[in-house]
Amino acid sequence: MSFQRTQEKLKILADAAKYDVSCSSSGSKRANTNKGIGDATGMGICHSYTEDGRCVSLLKILLTNHCIFDCAYCVTRKSNDIKRAAFKVQEVVDLTINFYRRNYIEGLFLSSGIFKNADYTMERLVAVAKKLRTEENFNGYIHLKSIPGASDELMREAGLYADRLSVNIEIPTEQGLKQLAPDKKREDFIKPMVKVKNEIIQYKAEKKIIKSTPKYALGGQSTQMIIGASGENDFQIMQTSNHFYKNYNLKRVYYSGYVPISYDDRLPKIGSEVPMLRENRLYQTDWLMRFYGFDVSEILNEQHQHLDLDVDPKLSWALRNLHEFPIDVNTADKALLARVPGLGMKSVYKILNARRFRRLNWEHLKKIGVALNRAQYFMVCDSNQFERRDLTSEKIKGLILQNSTSKYRNSLSNQLNLFS
Amino acid sequence: MQSQTYIYDGTFDGFLTAVFHVFEFKLKTVNIQNECVQQHGLFSENETITTDEKKANRVWVGLKKQLSVRGRFQLYYAFLSEKEGIENVLLDYIRYAFTKTNADKDFAHPSVLKVAQIAKMVGREKHRMEAFVRFKLTQDEIYFANIEPDFNVLPLIEKHFKRRYADQKWMIYDIKRHYGLFYNLDKVEIIEMQFPEHFDFTKTSTDIFAAQEFEFQTLWQDYFKATNIKSRKNMKLHIRHVPKRYWKYLSEKLPS
Repeated sequence: MSFQRTQEKLKILADAAKYDVSCSSSGSKRANTNKGIGDATGMGICHSYTEDGRCVSLLKILLTNHCIFDCAYCVTRKSNDIKRAAFKVQEVVDLTINFYRRNYIEGLFLSSGIFKNADYTMERLVAVAKKLRTEENFNGYIHLKSIPGASDELMREAGLYADRLSVNIEIPTEQGLKQLAPDKKREDFIKPMVKVKNEIIQYKAEKKIIKSTPKYALGGQSTQMIIGASGENDFQIMQTSNHFYKNYNLKRVYYSGYVPISYDDRLPKIGSEVPMLRENRLYQTDWLMRFYGFDVSEILNEQHQHLDLDVDPKLSWALRNLHEFPIDVNTADKALLARVPGLGMKSVYKILNARRFRRLNWEHLKKIGVALNRAQYFMVCDSNQFERRDLTSEKIKGLILQNSTSKYRNSLSNQLNLFS
Repeated sequence: MQSQTYIYDGTFDGFLTAVFHVFEFKLKTVNIQNECVQQHGLFSENETITTDEKKANRVWVGLKKQLSVRGRFQLYYAFLSEKEGIENVLLDYIRYAFTKTNADKDFAHPSVLKVAQIAKMVGREKHRMEAFVRFKLTQDEIYFANIEPDFNVLPLIEKHFKRRYADQKWMIYDIKRHYGLFYNLDKVEIIEMQFPEHFDFTKTSTDIFAAQEFEFQTLWQDYFKATNIKSRKNMKLHIRHVPKRYWKYLSEKLPS
């Protein structure tokens, strides 16, 4: 491995891959076999964090940033005047193994620009994964990109070596896609996704009968949407997200605030702010859907198409539905507790267990870790002190904001200044 | 009434032996202290406890009947925190556990909550060490890393590294507690080493480490820089995830 050349390529191809936000390294069940290297059975590990606060878990690189497409939102688009490079299969294998041995990473995240055609590109990605698994006996995590338009046969093979496959739909609506990436069609993304979904179902079913059935993409599939590049509102974004969770059994949908990289008129100007707060609110909504028993239509619907920026989506929902509160912390069931603003699932677990031993009061709840600043308006407990005033939603919101220092207060006041 | 102080040898078995004595003599007020950090009370009577595996086991077997697996883990994790006075919190926890089944889930009980919270801190440190260990290849083909964790987490991370790096020799050394783990391709041993005086653990000396080590460190630093998105800079979040006290042994955080 020539050090200088690899170094140069790594800089270019890591830089080009960084806008893909997927970083998960959990959910697989690949154990170390035959005293090989690596193990992907446990929970994911973030080995480091960059200065933007994002985790570094996998070696995330492109195989090449040569690309035949010209999608406006993408740094590696054909018309962009940037340095191009391409890794050899062996180079990626060597880097992965050597980084892994030093405990820098959990595994490899390999994506690529499209060169020649979809199959040719996919073949190379699969070749890297195959070499790692079969020649290096590598049991760490591998995340491969599904290249839109790749053949079914290649997608099947990819799943045999990879823990996770993903294809990014990037633009939340078909209309936006047509505008920003005229060469691409929504169907091209969907096809490999469907193939992988069906293979996962089939391999799982077979494994129940024949134990030696090989593992197939145990970490499932994920996708990503760019936020703030093509004018969609939060309602549209979360509807799309919900659609993909429901119909394609996705493990995760990632939301990536658009980082301006182009002077193209169709896109936000270079220098405009990355919508990080909005991205955060979308993730919170995603969590409410997946872990807190909310239906997406409760949070976003025709009447409420935008998430509040100043309060989290659960609080925002609760303020619109004051008639459901207050609930009694000592008797309410799990599903109801999960809907109280300021209660996370960990607190819910602790409350459910602790109240078997005694009735809980404010002091107990505070020590357990409940965010009472928000929760106090929505619950009663074993205490004669509770909110008796008949407060309006606006009043409650005001009181909560008054007593909190949101980590986003700064960016929020900037954004508000724009309109004042 | 004179209070009794039990001095034990700092091991978990030693602590459980002390607990055994507390129950045997039905002591109400007692103070259990690690011999390394012992302080003499003016009006207390000190007794040194000799670690007895059988007695320790009896306590542990008894706890198995009372606590869930998670509760037992929390007990052990909290013990490894080495926090001052943790023994007495654990004693209270154990006493409570023998009066109620599933006591480990009574999060409104002060000692139960305290143990759960400290166990969580230790668990977080364990997870951090699994992430922040940075191996450097020595000239003898051993992947070496030094750590300086807040809590004594080496016993907790052994299994993780053994399973993961089954085909390479490795060593993880706790320079604060002066012992380490060494995996010799067959099993993990506990070792104590003498390092030269003024040995700089933050540097990668060419006398000890393999030549290619510098190349991979450089590649890793380059990767770390290239994967950062400048317009999203958020140092507060960065430092929350990677607190500054860990930086000195993370090659990507060293000034190049």
